[in-house]
Amino acid sequence: MSPVVTATRVLAVLGIALLALLPFVTQDYVLHIAIQILIWGFVYTAWSMMGRFGLTSFGHGAFLGIGAYVPAMLWNFFGVTPWLGLPVAMAAAVLVSLLIGYPSFRLRVVGHYFALVTLALSQVVLLTLVAAREVTGGSLGMTLNVVHSWFALQFSGKATYFWIALAVWVAGLFVWRWIDRGIGRVALEALSEDEIAAASIGINVLREKLRVTMISAALTALGGGLLTQYIQYVNPEVVSGVSVSLQIVFAAIAGGMHTLLGPTVGALFTIVLNETLRILFGTHFIGAANTIYGILLILFIIFMPQGIVGLIEGLSARVAARPRLTPRPADGE
Amino acid sequence: MDIFLLEAILNGILLGGVLALLALGLNLIFGVIDVVWIAYAELVMCGMYTIYWLYAVYHWPFLAAAVAAILLVALLGVCVHRLIIEPVLGSAPINQLLATGGLLFFLQSFATLLFGTDFRNIGLRLPIIDLGEIDLSFARLLAFIVAIVGAAGLYLFLRRSYLGTAIRAIAQDREVMGLMGVNARSVYFMTSAIGGGLAGLAGCLLVLQYDVHPFIGNSFGPITFMICVLGGLGNMIGGFLAAFIMSQIISVGGYYFSIEFSYVLAFLLFIVMIFVRPQGIFSR
Repeated sequence: MSPVVTATRVLAVLGIALLALLPFVTQDYVLHIAIQILIWGFVYTAWSMMGRFGLTSFGHGAFLGIGAYVPAMLWNFFGVTPWLGLPVAMAAAVLVSLLIGYPSFRLRVVGHYFALVTLALSQVVLLTLVAAREVTGGSLGMTLNVVHSWFALQFSGKATYFWIALAVWVAGLFVWRWIDRGIGRVALEALSEDEIAAASIGINVLREKLRVTMISAALTALGGGLLTQYIQYVNPEVVSGVSVSLQIVFAAIAGGMHTLLGPTVGALFTIVLNETLRILFGTHFIGAANTIYGILLILFIIFMPQGIVGLIEGLSARVAARPRLTPRPADGE
Repeated sequence: MDIFLLEAILNGILLGGVLALLALGLNLIFGVIDVVWIAYAELVMCGMYTIYWLYAVYHWPFLAAAVAAILLVALLGVCVHRLIIEPVLGSAPINQLLATGGLLFFLQSFATLLFGTDFRNIGLRLPIIDLGEIDLSFARLLAFIVAIVGAAGLYLFLRRSYLGTAIRAIAQDREVMGLMGVNARSVYFMTSAIGGGLAGLAGCLLVLQYDVHPFIGNSFGPITFMICVLGGLGNMIGGFLAAFIMSQIISVGGYYFSIEFSYVLAFLLFIVMIFVRPQGIFSR
């Protein structure tokens, strides 16, 4: 193992350990923000697992909604623990992702057609949740029955939930890493460049695409479930439909979907920006934060489609490359 | 036949007119500039707010407010093209979708910032037409008639005028037309203005039937894209017909189930259709 890799690993372990100490040094407010950054960062990372290979889904609101509502309803109506509810929700999300993914990939529905099909899917989930108002509470949302225990995955303090969110986020990064390291990534990158060429050298296009789609859907559902368990309230508009689907796409792109920490940086950036603007403007200017957010998104897409992390990496690569550009004395005459 | 079903079908036809107008504007922009404006329904929202302010707050006559709204949204369309679309014209289609998606975010939150989340009604009560046992809203009938006239006007403009011919030519072959001396850039601006104007017109018609609020675009936007794709993106006649199919599903579905489930049906139909006939149901 090269010393650089070892150093990176030591740094990563140290960083995570330091993060885990956070509940001992801050107040609840900071923890609350941190939990949201970790869970949304996890969701955005999950989206990027397929987004970075050109599978731009505008429908992750569907998976998030399934993840949020299935465990919540199982718990409220049947007293089924989220420990069972979350896997059920993930399985349901995988099933839905297969129903939409298989025909899409089979029939080569790509680009904005794929974006629109997935957008329709997230609308289907949103409207179904609103329409089934007898059981879901419709647009008014649904409050979880609160019992503080590990069985219910609800806790009186924020520290426990912070550690859970941290663990899940780290696990998400490992999955990202695992896809990145595997042979599948090479295959997926090849096919996002040129699908026909990739298929002609023996890459099973359909299988590779379905694999990342299923993983991405399952993890997004898990994120949605955890978010609901933490807030103990769920509303269809917040976890499904066009708005949240676009929010996921944008945050992942703003952070940088091609790098490990990019989507998390996207979550950090958007949530901190939102909080800062909220404190600056107060509740008097509802929408001020999102207005600035919207402008930034347009600027990001136009000027730095690689995202924040991509930009930083690009700059540091340029700095690192600089010495090599000047000819060494030995090369002279 | 059941009188309520008949009413649902009639209302579906009337709703189809407005949806057709929306689909027409979006299709025009797609066909000519090759860009999908995700924020198209938010332009409609801007038109609705313009009328609300001019008519209900500043007491302009409705027609003057409507003309102002159409012109303003047309101008907005030009600004959108200049500021957002032009810089990303050369990049991947998905980036264009995302850039206008950012615009959607911006317009929704800017409207929230300016006007709050209140539902606002312009307070113009149009009569209900009594057709025996069926009640027909005059506002809807008016919307339908104006939408059809608007669509016919656009058709004539594209077929008969010099500029319309240039627009159609660009839609067919953008490279060659540049060599033939058509200035693509000014055609794009013109198209964006017409697309914006159509959104403004749709706003004038919708404000008579619905309260305006910052997120009203979410009720029309997604269904409009689905209609365009169903009719074949860029195929204006296809989109026009698809609008009436979708509106029937929504209206009659709403009669049998609930309005949300009828939208679910419409979206599911869309998903199935894109797998069965991705080029649109009316393409040859």
